Amino acid sequence: MKNKSLVSINDYTKEEQLRVLELAREFEKNPVQTILQDYVVASLFFEPSTRTRLSFESAVNRLGGKVIGFSEASNTSVKKGESLRDTILTIANYSDLIVMRNPVEGSARFASEISPVPIINAGDGANQHPTQTLLDLYSILKTQGTLDNLHVAFVGDLKYGRTVHSLVIALCNFNTTFHLVSPLELKLPSSVKMHIKEKNLNYHQYTDMEEVIPNADVLYMTRIQRERFSDPLEYERIKNSYNLHHDMILNTKDNFRVLHPLPRVTEIDINVDSSPKAYYFEQALNGVYVRQALMSLILGLH
Amino acid sequence: MSEKIKELKVSAIENGTVIDHIPSHAVFQVIRILKLDSFDNMVLFATNLESKKYGTKGLIKVSNKYFLPEELNKIALVAPHASIIEIKDFQVSSKKIVETPDHVNGIVRCFNPNCVTNHEQVTTRFTVVEKEDLRLKCHFCEKITRRSNIEFK
Repeated sequence: MKNKSLVSINDYTKEEQLRVLELAREFEKNPVQTILQDYVVASLFFEPSTRTRLSFESAVNRLGGKVIGFSEASNTSVKKGESLRDTILTIANYSDLIVMRNPVEGSARFASEISPVPIINAGDGANQHPTQTLLDLYSILKTQGTLDNLHVAFVGDLKYGRTVHSLVIALCNFNTTFHLVSPLELKLPSSVKMHIKEKNLNYHQYTDMEEVIPNADVLYMTRIQRERFSDPLEYERIKNSYNLHHDMILNTKDNFRVLHPLPRVTEIDINVDSSPKAYYFEQALNGVYVRQALMSLILGLH
Repeated sequence: MSEKIKELKVSAIENGTVIDHIPSHAVFQVIRILKLDSFDNMVLFATNLESKKYGTKGLIKVSNKYFLPEELNKIALVAPHASIIEIKDFQVSSKKIVETPDHVNGIVRCFNPNCVTNHEQVTTRFTVVEKEDLRLKCHFCEKITRRSNIEFK
């Protein structure tokens, strides 16, 4: 996996994904090391993303590496009209690995094809966010003890949520049964369902979340964004119909866990947070270990 | 027999290319794709001709011009069943059916306005994921461009 850019989750085979997860387990046991002390990682965030950026930077810092970069494009040469090509070719001179978040879709693929150093896509618009997928897989593996044969329920905006798309596609390698809960206008796109059908896996679609909870192993909640609706009343109606409350998870399986890529707004009530079945903050912590594993594999240190 | 009579509704050419079996609605698109609107030689075209196979069809005859395979690939995107007939001395010298390619590079614009190919100087690249009901998957943003949204660069 040395020098192998990660743009879309499918750039890595199932075995390579599992290799990252296996190594993440090692970093979880021993997160502070010095293996990156001779390395510079460029962290190029053309749009702000607090969680992803800090998680990457924390991962590098805990391994003794240096981070250069920016957290938004407004005071960089991009503002002066520099092309992405020139920005990447220049910064590749200063770093061993580039982590990039860019709102333009396909920008990470483009960068990976022109850059002399490997690229990790930290989100390209509504397209891909593969490190989120890896940390979601790691969180599922850790809480369930396996990735195979699980019942995973996805709730919320399944149409635009890129974390949902990538995770569904990744789980298609593990004989998952999918329970897809969304308003009719935010159903999972057919381009993603195609992957489920190709593997002949079972999926069920619902508009009401309550009926899926008792049988689910994992409940993956997502945020429904106001800007997806032209009618504000429709947004209010739907927003209120996908609220998870503590009493809704009382009769769930013992291994049941609630995941959420965060940030959360109202879809999970804070009274869920104290439940041992709420896992979203640990999930965010797992992101550091997964990114440590990924970067050290790409830099050829493992 | 009737096919022959219809052919004659558009005059024969001595040398050049006849593009037959174009969907009627796509004739003007084919003209634009092949840049025939700025062509100096004689170009004849007809649309809404009766066709046994397709109901109606369009037809273009281009005098003294033989097309390269990559130019013909472009036609397949809007006229997937077009036949290309090369004429020499009023005789058919070759006849072939256009084929929808597996990959389309540099011809089509990605339908996604937020795709990097619409922001940077990048040659577009698509994989044809569905040939009959044409669907092109962008190599970069991974979004689908359908036949109804297709725009040529």
